[in-house]
Amino acid sequence: MVLKIFFPQCCNRADSGLLVGRWLSGHDSAVVLAVIHYPFIPGQVKQYIQQIQASSGVELSVLGSWSLPKEGQEGMESFLRDLSTIFPQKRWLQINREVGKTGFNCQVLQRDQNGRAIPREIKKKVEKTDGEAGGDGQKKEKKKVKKKKEEKQKEEEEKKEEEKEEEEDEEEKVIFVHYEQRKVMLSQLHPVENGVSDPKTDPPSELRQMFQSVALSQPLYFLDRYDDGPLKSTHWQSEGREASIIVELLKQSTVPLCMLLRWLLSIWTWICNIRIFSLPPLRFLSSKLSTCVQLSYRTEHMRTLSSPKRTTEHTEFMRKANMVVSVLVDMALGMLLMWWLYKDNHISMLANTLVPAADHVAKELEELLQWLMGAPAGLKMNRALDQVLGRFFLYHIHLWISYIHLMSPFIEGILWYGCLSACFGLTFALSLLSDMVALLTFHIYCFYVYGARLYCLKIYGLSSLWRLFRGKKWNVLRQRVDSCSYDLDQLFIGTLLFTVLLFLLPTTALYYLVFTLLRLVVVLFQGVLHLSVDFINSFPLFAVALRITRSYRLAEGVKFRVLCEEPGTALHLMMEINPLKSSTVVQLYRTPTYSCYPKDSWAALVKKLFVGELIYPWRHKTTKTD
Amino acid sequence: MEDETFTDISGKAISLDCQNHSSLCREFVVSVPKVSIGKVMVYTCCVWLLAYAVFFFTENTAVLSSAIFITLVGMMLHIHFVKVDHETLLVIGSLGIQLSSSYASGRETTTFIEIGKIKDIVINEAIYMHQIIYYLCVLLKDPSEPNAVSRVVPLFQSSKPRLNCLMKVYKSCQEILSKC
Repeated sequence: MVLKIFFPQCCNRADSGLLVGRWLSGHDSAVVLAVIHYPFIPGQVKQYIQQIQASSGVELSVLGSWSLPKEGQEGMESFLRDLSTIFPQKRWLQINREVGKTGFNCQVLQRDQNGRAIPREIKKKVEKTDGEAGGDGQKKEKKKVKKKKEEKQKEEEEKKEEEKEEEEDEEEKVIFVHYEQRKVMLSQLHPVENGVSDPKTDPPSELRQMFQSVALSQPLYFLDRYDDGPLKSTHWQSEGREASIIVELLKQSTVPLCMLLRWLLSIWTWICNIRIFSLPPLRFLSSKLSTCVQLSYRTEHMRTLSSPKRTTEHTEFMRKANMVVSVLVDMALGMLLMWWLYKDNHISMLANTLVPAADHVAKELEELLQWLMGAPAGLKMNRALDQVLGRFFLYHIHLWISYIHLMSPFIEGILWYGCLSACFGLTFALSLLSDMVALLTFHIYCFYVYGARLYCLKIYGLSSLWRLFRGKKWNVLRQRVDSCSYDLDQLFIGTLLFTVLLFLLPTTALYYLVFTLLRLVVVLFQGVLHLSVDFINSFPLFAVALRITRSYRLAEGVKFRVLCEEPGTALHLMMEINPLKSSTVVQLYRTPTYSCYPKDSWAALVKKLFVGELIYPWRHKTTKTD
Repeated sequence: MEDETFTDISGKAISLDCQNHSSLCREFVVSVPKVSIGKVMVYTCCVWLLAYAVFFFTENTAVLSSAIFITLVGMMLHIHFVKVDHETLLVIGSLGIQLSSSYASGRETTTFIEIGKIKDIVINEAIYMHQIIYYLCVLLKDPSEPNAVSRVVPLFQSSKPRLNCLMKVYKSCQEILSKC
């Protein structure tokens, strides 16, 4: 069987001592987490390991011994081998390395049932040329020296192997996998598996177990070499613990901030729950206005952010971080917009152009209606119906224009206070704009509804009478067309009505077409606004920034690199983290929103338009997610 | 590390490089011929002649600058996203299999499949119109059913070597996979 040893890069030059780590269950591998140096008291080592095991929950144990003998420390090997009797293990690893050389030797001692140690002396040399050990110039000399030694060793090996071959059938091979401890500790393997794994499925994979052991053994990395304790260990933080003051300050300040947020939210919820606001018409209105929807959405976010529980899980942490960043970016963009609007009197300029613009639109609509009432595009319309519809719509426009004129002195004030809402965020300004557009084009919506209803009625009437004309009927019970024998007077009246409706069709159809197009233009504009609001709401800026700057934190997997080998030696691999693709990051960490998405496909939309059904192309998803 | 003449399924010459790092670890590199300078020159000349012709009729210099811009951007996108330089298969016994594609601009995409998920490596046939194409693929285990295959991951998709090359790689891989 092949034994895999995950060895941290920081321990490559550690002084001799004991290897502390974990054997991975279900796989023939071990993860080395730290090296505890000589001199030590075995009792204290055992106590320390039990302490760390209790606080971290990782099954730590002493894996074996590591020797990098300095001058005057000969004879360590035999001492370290005797240690295997003090720490009873099933397998005892003896890894040694000599100063001035870049080779690793590994011996594995197995315990048989009687507790005797049977050494499997297969010496494997491992060379490293990853730039850490020595300079380039020395390597060539080392290689020459090593080759001679290797030849000698190979001869010895061969002899031993011949002897051993009678005893054991398989050779035990060792693969050293080097990893960078700090990066593996901070990284999160995707797909994220939260909580307890299902005992029915296979045990977690080797890599996942390895990542988990490194990440959960945080208490092991607290002792550094400047501590005056009885034990000295080497790991990635042994040069002294580092931390960022800003991060620590932010962490401390989150508690009072969360309390403040919770208090503000409670006041806001109290205001919202006042009896007046829960009347049905207001409730219906607030569900239609996008500003109110956006407000409730952001309140939900704030509620999640201000919860008193500390986040431990990765997905929850990323979600909260994305929310915070999104809110901050939103506010910053809103402030920018406010600054642009309020300087140089842009608001009064906007207000001054608004009323003339509305007038202009009204005039254009009137001209359009006059055109329709005449002979549009050369088509001859039915005079009476034409005049009725035309005058009806003209009166509507007249009403609307008078309301606009009534409101014109207040417009600047309304705009001024409305733009203040941009301080809550750009999304609020955009939703307010969308609502205002909806209100101002309400008459177009009304015209569209009238035109569509009329047209729809006409089409249904026509189709039903056409069936009568052919002697058929729609069977509601069977949902199909059946033949039917009509009386003579039924047929007579039916045919008459059919011809009337048929000849009135072009007029209604034209009005319907014109107003549907206008409505679609407005809907398109609102759709663009909603899409941009949705984009700002849901885009995971924090996750993308993390992927760009600290790509090792979001890991899709690992990649291996073979470090230079000499033939006949064991395998030496460098394990690096393979980061997630940016598209996967965006897809995975999108904040769920009440997103506006097109409800119908293109074909369904065209069919609806043709039949005359009212279209509401953008549908809001409910904010409740599973 | 032999270098016999292998070709891909359309007849272009490719090269295979096998490295034996240890008895447990082997690396196979299939290299595709690089972008030929002749082709690049032909394409750019065509695009620019067309741009000059349009400029001759419209007298708009924006046409020329946009043609240059489009050529440059197109070339950059091609060597970064489309043109594969070599594909590597690294087999490590009892750890897993690593597939990596290296593009002409130096970008590398890597996937590592753990040994626990691998059922087998096989040569599969695909029938596409009038051709029968052989490809090497990795069969992945289904966690719920022990005998079913959940996914098939094809190897060497851009270089598409022929059967003789695939057989060599297959034999080497099976030697390692059968040991563990």
